[in-house]
Amino acid sequence: MKFPSEQDLARLVTLEARLIDEQRYEAWLDLFTDDAVYWIPLHVGQTDPRLEASLIFEDKTLLRIRVKRLMDRRAISQHPQSRCHHLMQTSHIDRRDGAEGPFTTWTPAHYVETRGDSQRLYAIWVTHTLARVDDRLKIRAKRIDLVNPGAAFESIELFM
Amino acid sequence: MAALVREGEVHRDVYVDPEIFTLEMRHLFANTWVFVGHESQIPSPGDYYSTSIGDQPVLMVRHTDHSINVLYNRCPHKGTRIVADTCGNAGKFFRCPYHAWHFRTDGALHSVPLSKGYRDTGFESSHAVRGMTRIDDIHDYRGFVFARLRATGPSFEDFFGESLSSIDNMVDRSPVGRLEVAGGTFRYMHRCNWKMLVENQTDACHPMVVHDSASQAAADVAGVLHNQRTPELELLLPFASPYDFYEKAGIRVWANGHGHTGVSFSVHSGYSSIPEYMEQMVAAYGRERAERILGENRHNTIYFPNLMIKGPIQLARVFKPVAADRTLVESWSFRLVGAPDALLERTLAYNRLINAPTSIVGHDDWEIYRRAQEGLHAAGNEWVNLQRLYDPVELEAGSTTTNGTSEIQMRNQFRSWARFMTMTM
Repeated sequence: MKFPSEQDLARLVTLEARLIDEQRYEAWLDLFTDDAVYWIPLHVGQTDPRLEASLIFEDKTLLRIRVKRLMDRRAISQHPQSRCHHLMQTSHIDRRDGAEGPFTTWTPAHYVETRGDSQRLYAIWVTHTLARVDDRLKIRAKRIDLVNPGAAFESIELFM
Repeated sequence: MAALVREGEVHRDVYVDPEIFTLEMRHLFANTWVFVGHESQIPSPGDYYSTSIGDQPVLMVRHTDHSINVLYNRCPHKGTRIVADTCGNAGKFFRCPYHAWHFRTDGALHSVPLSKGYRDTGFESSHAVRGMTRIDDIHDYRGFVFARLRATGPSFEDFFGESLSSIDNMVDRSPVGRLEVAGGTFRYMHRCNWKMLVENQTDACHPMVVHDSASQAAADVAGVLHNQRTPELELLLPFASPYDFYEKAGIRVWANGHGHTGVSFSVHSGYSSIPEYMEQMVAAYGRERAERILGENRHNTIYFPNLMIKGPIQLARVFKPVAADRTLVESWSFRLVGAPDALLERTLAYNRLINAPTSIVGHDDWEIYRRAQEGLHAAGNEWVNLQRLYDPVELEAGSTTTNGTSEIQMRNQFRSWARFMTMTM
């Protein structure tokens, strides 16, 4: 079995952001393992997603519901439609010590979400946990730490 | 002012006019008992929680003798805000960061550096010597602390009356009869008037429309999963309930603008039971009383003017007015002390999926409020209609229970709005 290169890991992180920005959500969901977790903590340095509040703490089922809703013409908040843009720094490879994983990457990014005439900027650090499943590199966990997770935001509708 | 509120409609200026907003802060939010915080936020002497009543910055603080005080967050010297953090511990004294004046946790002035500079200046009869201004009218009802800025109008008990039974029910759901604020608070900024948000809490004709996309998506995905119910799906799916469900769920109103939806049942009624919880409740209260407590529905209870609690899922939402067209919504979660962690986990999941700025359900509400706020500026009609199931004698009895899709609670709120706005004009 091939040991994934640092470039392989970084490429998946970039591809993930690209699929979100291009709103190719089915392909995006397919990057995640069936037991994947998508997490945006509410607190700086948070370790407990269960008994502490999180902005998002979702499995693939809930992510599917989000995608389905966003694609539904009845989604009132999607008139006009939201769009987003990821500007990412080079991913640091924090862990790559086996052929199967888990591998972890850390990627500082600026995430912009727009709707109508409004444009909002969020500064984030993204930690991906990747693993090899059926000889394919997939995302097992994505954690997004906002620089200001407790701020009073307006709606954040797409995926950071 | 009173002419802005009619039996079945209100003038749009109550939502859009900045001058009316200012008058609300001076009168409505000063003449009513407004929720400040929960005693579990300040367990030890010196603990404080910094918040606002209308546009007034206040501190709820645990005094040395364990009593709770609510103080204006303002130094009597030059006006500096004493505390900038949302919560913390002051020790025995608040210290103003500007000139190091010290205040006891009941607001009394303790010391001033170089105090001889005030000798023979008449300082002892100044405003400043009285220290941080304390709000005299405060009431701690089973952990919920309310304050009234101006000493006028009905007493705490007369103002809330029977509506306190909803707080009772939420607290009684703890086997030891105690709640704790837990997990962290969601903060969500809305581009609309605060009253629009409060009204929507008892609006039973919007979920099947506004939340159609979210509940349909949940139903579709649940279908693919062969109707397997994950805990989160259990929270999302009831939003698709039809009109008939909400009509029969019922609504109850009380005097002074309070009321609640979900009298017979609600979207929370069908949640699965949590292992061990019922046993704990039966052990604490006996079977009959435990079943009565958990059988109460009380979907959303409004404590006029700007608090809503959800007893069956142990959360509260505070609608903090920022400007005529800006409202900060805080969604709080509570732990039922002594109950299994799984209950808090469900409360947090509900808040996250429905009330967070990153939720699945709440984005459509946010957008509707924003459009309503914008739409109200349209010329041609200056009135908002609240006539659904209006009955001229509906509020005469003080308390009434009726069809859940009635707009009676919104009319009830506006009746009280007019009363408490004009009480001191």
